[in-house]
Amino acid sequence: MNVIRLIVSAGLRDLSRSRWLIGYALGFFVLAEGLFWFGGSGPQVVLSLLNIVLMVVPLVALVFGAIHVYASREFVELLLSQPVPRKPLFTGLWLGLALPLAGAFAIGAGLPFVFNGGGGAGFSALATLAAAGVVLSFIFSGIATWIAWTTDDRLRGVGLALGVWLAATVLYDGAILAATAAFGDYPLERPLLAAMILNPVDLARLVVLSQLDASALMGYTGALFNKALGTAGGAAMAGAALLAWCGVPYLMSARRFARRDF
Amino acid sequence: MTLALWFAMLIAAADLGRLPVDTIVVGPGGAVSAVTVALERAKPGDVVVVTAGTYREPTLVLRTPNVTLLGRGWPVLDGEGKRAVLVVEANDVTVRGFTVTGTGVSNLEDRAGIRARNASRCRIEGNRVYDNLWGIYLERSADCVVRDNDVRASGENQSSSGNGIHLYQSPRAVIEDNRIAGQRDGIYFEFSESGLTRRNVSEKNQRYGLHFMYSDSCLYENNTFSANAAGVAVMYSRGVTIATNRFEDAWGGGAYGLLLKEILGGEIRGNIFERNSTGIFLEGATRLQIRDNDFIQNGWAARVFADATDNHFAGNHFRANAFDVTTNSRSANSTFDGNWWDGYRGYDLNRDGVGDVPFHPVRLFALIVEQHPASLLLLRSPTVAVLDAAERVMPMLTPEALVDKRPLIKPLRKSVGNAGVARGAPR
Repeated sequence: MNVIRLIVSAGLRDLSRSRWLIGYALGFFVLAEGLFWFGGSGPQVVLSLLNIVLMVVPLVALVFGAIHVYASREFVELLLSQPVPRKPLFTGLWLGLALPLAGAFAIGAGLPFVFNGGGGAGFSALATLAAAGVVLSFIFSGIATWIAWTTDDRLRGVGLALGVWLAATVLYDGAILAATAAFGDYPLERPLLAAMILNPVDLARLVVLSQLDASALMGYTGALFNKALGTAGGAAMAGAALLAWCGVPYLMSARRFARRDF
Repeated sequence: MTLALWFAMLIAAADLGRLPVDTIVVGPGGAVSAVTVALERAKPGDVVVVTAGTYREPTLVLRTPNVTLLGRGWPVLDGEGKRAVLVVEANDVTVRGFTVTGTGVSNLEDRAGIRARNASRCRIEGNRVYDNLWGIYLERSADCVVRDNDVRASGENQSSSGNGIHLYQSPRAVIEDNRIAGQRDGIYFEFSESGLTRRNVSEKNQRYGLHFMYSDSCLYENNTFSANAAGVAVMYSRGVTIATNRFEDAWGGGAYGLLLKEILGGEIRGNIFERNSTGIFLEGATRLQIRDNDFIQNGWAARVFADATDNHFAGNHFRANAFDVTTNSRSANSTFDGNWWDGYRGYDLNRDGVGDVPFHPVRLFALIVEQHPASLLLLRSPTVAVLDAAERVMPMLTPEALVDKRPLIKPLRKSVGNAGVARGAPR
């Protein structure tokens, strides 16, 4: 436990000085503030932010995360030459990356809502969006960690991170869209819902939409959809699935890290 | 001045010349303790005052014209779950100040709390009509006024409940300031033309907030229709005017803020459509002027089917809807001109307030969803954003079906809807 805390605080100190991360937070701040400036009301700002969050948070978590892990490789090797257990060391490294990322996002995107008195205006939707962004930061920094500890070549690693990003945000849904059009004559509800669970970006989107655009989602006459998306229980399930997603890349890369030959 | 005085005296004299007007007071323990007895005794012009108490009597039938029934202290007329409560079968009758309740459910007869049958010029005002199968039922009764009634029921499903205010072949009715909740249809016009419906609140009904069929030349204004299971549906009528109403919170695949089916000619003006799965739905509607409405946070603001012809959308606001417009075909028979769209990204070089680039409100994704409803699951996905961006770069991707050639740069008015409030799951 002590090791985790030490490593996390080292990571925090390291990253809080990172210009990249400050720029990241500032970017979200300017964006959200700007959306308010240009006459958006609460839900519209949340909707505009949603797409940006879904695109940018995974991108930054993946690319910045991978670069960060590559950069801290020698530091880690140095630590490993000391009598330090690997599992806690890894947990500390991951949290030391994910926490600053999530924090930068939350502060940058959240402050404008505080300034603009976003308390009443779609507060639940905003809170959901913030939570989704934080969880996405954790998930994709985990994936970045896994990539970086699996691929030794930096260039390939960063390329892979970009590939994962493109696949998760755009290509995956594109494939689903194509499949829906191609197999439109078949009952697609179950496979589609399953497909949504398999991609954390989709999960995050649906969780936020259940707060914002539920009236549109309810327009589809599928009982299963309505149950999964229109009810509080369905939204809670999607949220739980999203949280579970945090564990997947973490466990994968922790295992990878523990067995790795340095 | 003297002339007016003369007139007044003349009228007073004429009044005195008529049959003496009696007031019959009904009350527990009084000279007349049953409403039935009072209704039998009443002569034309009489006033029957019913004082506080609960009256459990066989169905009350009033057959004498020009009688006024007044409730003092909310007397309760109770059908004990077994029968219709009050039936008026004479002209010029007024019913005011009663609590009417307990018709019970029947599958054989349309029991109503208050029914006017062949009773022209009736006035049903300020009553509480609670827990009846049908609330107020006008049957072949022309020129009636139904005002300021509170009509409520808690029927479990459509088949075990009736309509709140129902009009059957009752032309020129005025339905105003009523509150209706929990019935099957809040207000239903059937073969009843030239009615005026205003300032009513019809909410949480099990089917439609307002429903009319074969009722021409009616005017509906300043009503609120909220959280009705299937919204509002109007069908098979011509020359209707629907102005400055609110249509809200109609959620679900078969729910519409306002469904227009086979409506010929009319005006839909200044209404607010907010948080409906579908704001307005046009099927077979022809020559409608749809102006100055606000569509806010609907799933689909407007669904305009190809069989809806010559409808004209102008001056409407489309704000924060998941889809602005969809249609089921690539051909367009309705026109859009001079609306404000929050999705418009054009410019205005000559600064006349009209965008120089036409706006295509039907996005490619909307068309895909229309053809493959399951793809709705990808709503607001980055992929769809990419699709939208692609449409901007390659306009040929956009369905040409519907176009607003003169989209407005700025909204015409401040939106009155409370778009600032997002809601969670439906009630």
